[in-house]
Amino acid sequence: MAMHGMRGLSIFISDIRNCQNKEQERLRVDKELGNIRNRFKKEKGLTPYDKKKYVWKMLYIYMLGYDVDFGHMEAVSLISAPKYPEKQVGYIVTSCLLNENHDFLRLAINTVRNDIIGQNETFQCLALTLVGNIGGREFAESLAPDVQKLLLSSSCRPLVRKKAALCLLRLFRKNPDVVNVDGWADRMTQLLDERDLGVLTSSMSLLVALVSNNHEAYWTCLPKCVKILERLARNQDVPQEYTYYGIPSPWLQVKTMRALQYFPTIEDPNTRRTLFEVLQWILMGTDVVKNVNKNNASHAVLFEALALVMHLDAEKEMMSQCVALLGKFIAVREPNIRYLGLENMTRMLIVADVQESIKRHQAQIITSLKDPDISICRRALDLLYGMCDITNAKDIVEELLQYLNSADFTMLEELSLKAAILAEKFAPDLSWYVDVILQLIEKAGDFISDDIWFHVVQFVTNNDDLQPYAAAKAKEYLDKPAVDEKMVKVCAYILGEYSHLLARRPGCSPKEIFSIIHEKLPSVSTTTIPLLLSAYAKILMHTQPPDQVLQNQIWTIFTKELRYESCIDAEIQQRAVEYFALSRKGAAVMDILGEMPKFPERQSSLIKKAEDAEADTAEQSALKLRAQQQPSNALVVTDQHPSNGEPLPVFVGQLSVVKAPNMNNTEDHSSTEQVLSQENGNLSQVDQQPPSADPLSDLLGPLAIEGPPGATVQYENSAVSGLESGPDVVDGSAIVPVEVGTNTIQPIGNIAVRFHALCLKDSGVLYEDPYIQIGIKAEWRAHQGRLVLFLGNKNTSPLVSVQALILPPAHLKMELSLVPDTIPPRAQVQCPLEVVNLRPSRDVAVLDFSYKFGTHMVNIKLRLPAVLNKFLQPLPVSAEEFFPQWRSLSGPPLKLQEVVRGVRPMALPEMANLLHSYRIAISPGLDPNPNNLVASTTFYSENTRAIVCLVRIETDPADRTQLRMTLASGDPTLTFELKEFIKEQLVSIPTVAQAPTPAPPAAPPTPQIPPNDPAALLTDLL
Amino acid sequence: MIHFVLLISRQGKVRLTKWYSPYSQKERTKVIRELSGLILTRGPKLCNFVEWRGLRVVYKRYASLYFCMCIDEDDNELEILEIIHHYVEVLDRYFGSVCELDLIYNFHKAYFILDELLIAGELQEPSKRTVTRLVAAQDSLVETAKEQTSSITNIIAQAAK
Repeated sequence: MAMHGMRGLSIFISDIRNCQNKEQERLRVDKELGNIRNRFKKEKGLTPYDKKKYVWKMLYIYMLGYDVDFGHMEAVSLISAPKYPEKQVGYIVTSCLLNENHDFLRLAINTVRNDIIGQNETFQCLALTLVGNIGGREFAESLAPDVQKLLLSSSCRPLVRKKAALCLLRLFRKNPDVVNVDGWADRMTQLLDERDLGVLTSSMSLLVALVSNNHEAYWTCLPKCVKILERLARNQDVPQEYTYYGIPSPWLQVKTMRALQYFPTIEDPNTRRTLFEVLQWILMGTDVVKNVNKNNASHAVLFEALALVMHLDAEKEMMSQCVALLGKFIAVREPNIRYLGLENMTRMLIVADVQESIKRHQAQIITSLKDPDISICRRALDLLYGMCDITNAKDIVEELLQYLNSADFTMLEELSLKAAILAEKFAPDLSWYVDVILQLIEKAGDFISDDIWFHVVQFVTNNDDLQPYAAAKAKEYLDKPAVDEKMVKVCAYILGEYSHLLARRPGCSPKEIFSIIHEKLPSVSTTTIPLLLSAYAKILMHTQPPDQVLQNQIWTIFTKELRYESCIDAEIQQRAVEYFALSRKGAAVMDILGEMPKFPERQSSLIKKAEDAEADTAEQSALKLRAQQQPSNALVVTDQHPSNGEPLPVFVGQLSVVKAPNMNNTEDHSSTEQVLSQENGNLSQVDQQPPSADPLSDLLGPLAIEGPPGATVQYENSAVSGLESGPDVVDGSAIVPVEVGTNTIQPIGNIAVRFHALCLKDSGVLYEDPYIQIGIKAEWRAHQGRLVLFLGNKNTSPLVSVQALILPPAHLKMELSLVPDTIPPRAQVQCPLEVVNLRPSRDVAVLDFSYKFGTHMVNIKLRLPAVLNKFLQPLPVSAEEFFPQWRSLSGPPLKLQEVVRGVRPMALPEMANLLHSYRIAISPGLDPNPNNLVASTTFYSENTRAIVCLVRIETDPADRTQLRMTLASGDPTLTFELKEFIKEQLVSIPTVAQAPTPAPPAAPPTPQIPPNDPAALLTDLL
Repeated sequence: MIHFVLLISRQGKVRLTKWYSPYSQKERTKVIRELSGLILTRGPKLCNFVEWRGLRVVYKRYASLYFCMCIDEDDNELEILEIIHHYVEVLDRYFGSVCELDLIYNFHKAYFILDELLIAGELQEPSKRTVTRLVAAQDSLVETAKEQTSSITNIIAQAAK
């Protein structure tokens, strides 16, 4: 056949085919390449035929996968050969070997242009084909007008014009300016009248590209497209050779409908009606037939029609017809149709109102998820992901989890990521979320990105209710024999932090928990060991009373057994040394190894990642929309404020004094402390005064209302100044997992801590974030108070839409003076707030504050420190005053007695200090029993005026967790309220940052607890 | 648009490559390797589409040969599948019951035909008859040229005698 005369090439191909192995093939190829190189070098005596033959051989060798780094010039030079056979080879081989960026191609531009503008039709075809296939920007600039001329020429035959159309399309892609010609749109419209379907098909491809870029210029093409579609769909006047398996050019139909999808809408009612009739015809008239090719072709048209219907936003009836069709497709056995059915259903989700009808197919879609064909699984997964909402999340996520067992491993990563995102977005409850993620890690640990387990830790840390559950689950998983390393990490972390919450359950003693974790140590890598060491240190710290055996065991690990002290890995070494040193410090450890503070709320890094990854903008917007409908659970949980009369956790100030010496002990280990402190928040402040680690706070001089109370504090500040870390610096490698995103405004410092501090003193910072600082200064006189709010703008641009609203409880009368709408840059405004106490109550006033900075609308609800103890005046009494009154107030409701259990154990002087800090004066020596306390105070309110309150607390030295408390006053409400108030201080441990369920923190806290914050200490004691 | 066309044998030998988007030599080799691994391992009776690097590869196996075309995600897959078949039918018509060997020894013909079918990654001619006619016309051009050459050679040879 056609191979006459090229015997050399045939022989070479046969040789290659006869090669027994790759090595032989390489030898043969090298020999040939050497030969070709020599022949090309000599040039002389090389006939056009020889050149042609060698160039073909080069292409063949190139196809075999060998580098052909010479001879390109010879191929390009053949383009300028005068005769067709050589020219043809030159064009074809050049367009195969080179790409548009190749330098040699530039050399050919002139020759190519000459062929295009020349009179030889076959040369024109060759040149247009080359430019159409590999033409670059330079070709676009120099050849576009010539190509346009050919396309529009009436004297050119269709075979040239259709090539010119696609050639122009290529040039347009390289440089859209090539069609910036007057009247080009009109010419395009005329082109659509073309009778030759080859030219029309090529022109339609060109039109698709043009309208996708600028539909407005080509609106006159729209009715023509509809006409073409109508003619084809109804098979009117279509030559036999252009029907494909009985279908009038399916390709042209598809392209025409594609072009129509770039027009936003169809205004002309007649055109619109005609189009819908045609579409209806296509939707109804497509049947499944036996012949594969006919089937494919007709469904290619049908799917394009579906896309056009979706685009045109057809009437409901037609839409439901589409959903019904797709529902049929996803149930068929033919894999191509099923694949496309799933894909188009996913696209359809963007169209409103179909979500519900698509949900009906959920079972069918899940069947496809388990298809052996990974392409189909992917479509099914995408669809399930897209259709998931709060109603079906549980089912879908559980299906995904189940599918993890059998899924193709190339899908595991995507599958687990999607499952994790859905679990996070739509979790009906948090324990379910934890279950899902742990299962994910168990089943696909290798494919789980660290983000996912970091996030679990974040959720657990931020939700106190979840902690015991998570700890129990973690233990369950670690108990299993073969555990994925990621599972070891997450479980060890959770157990380190929270296993003490399980201490009473069987098998959960510190010792047992430790051995479960430690069992895994030999099998984990060096990146996990530091996490285990942290867990050991925390377990050891939580073991109260200390367990000598366990302590020795852990110390041995830190020092000898695994020689971490001299471990080559700096991280392990440092932790071992530090934990060992710390764990010998006794109480001071509590400061440093206390529970991790809550994480600030941010946009989920997972969801963010998913959004970034979504290339499909439509899907992205749908995703965002759903994300908005479904706020993160954590946000919901933490967004509570105690205006409902919940008991208030109140800060215990005196303890800080007691603890201060401990801090001094650490001075000579300051470097160690610094590093460790990073693990647990920040050492930047040691006093209960709200920290001002933010460098910006200096700008607001006037707000630093009160200096640090003593020199010690000054000293401590300087001791830790090396930290300079700001609230967010944490040991990124091991403990704090979540990347810092700054999408939402985070408060600086812990709002709850600040509030409790202000309950005990009268001035300080109530709230701070990157934009604003709110300070408070208060004066109290009897039942009246005057607070001043200092609103300081920290930025160089104004804060606008500032609003402050006081939500007072019933017992307080509060009047806030006018708050300006705008706070100028770096300015501070003062807003006085008058408070009158009407009657005794523990309810708390809330400040609802909002402002706008740039595009950020920030709204915060802050408790105001106008609390019960502010209306007390300590009143030391003598025995003569005390006993007559005590006796006269006999029995309820004026005198109430209660045995309080679960009291935080503390020494008597400590308790006295505690009461004193709430302005209740101790009268020593009144009670003959040294284990009892007697105290008194005066309460002021408008209704009650001044009332004396008497307190007696009887403690049991054998059991410090219980006591009996007796309260007496002339007002039953006061007696009750004050009793409850004191009880709260004694019992509900004011775990400021980790408040237990009754009083969740008022706002998302941040990792910043003053290190001798009693709250931090006390949590650890429990 | 079609970014590239690949013909790969069941053993992973490349029989034809045509690139409409600019890929460097290195990328081309990598693409071929990746896709061979992805497609040749797929069992029968699966769908004809493979998702790859954010693109779709539509492929179909004819005897021992896989025809693959890579397109954008939102292109019409079935349309491309039938372009493949259209190409195969034209090859079949040209060679008369085409087999892999035809394409090995006449790979340049496969390129000629493909160039009549696709330009710029778009279909240029939906009519098989037209394509076959045009390729035949090219062949006869080559033949004519050769006859002329040989007749000239003969004349020269004659004259030289």
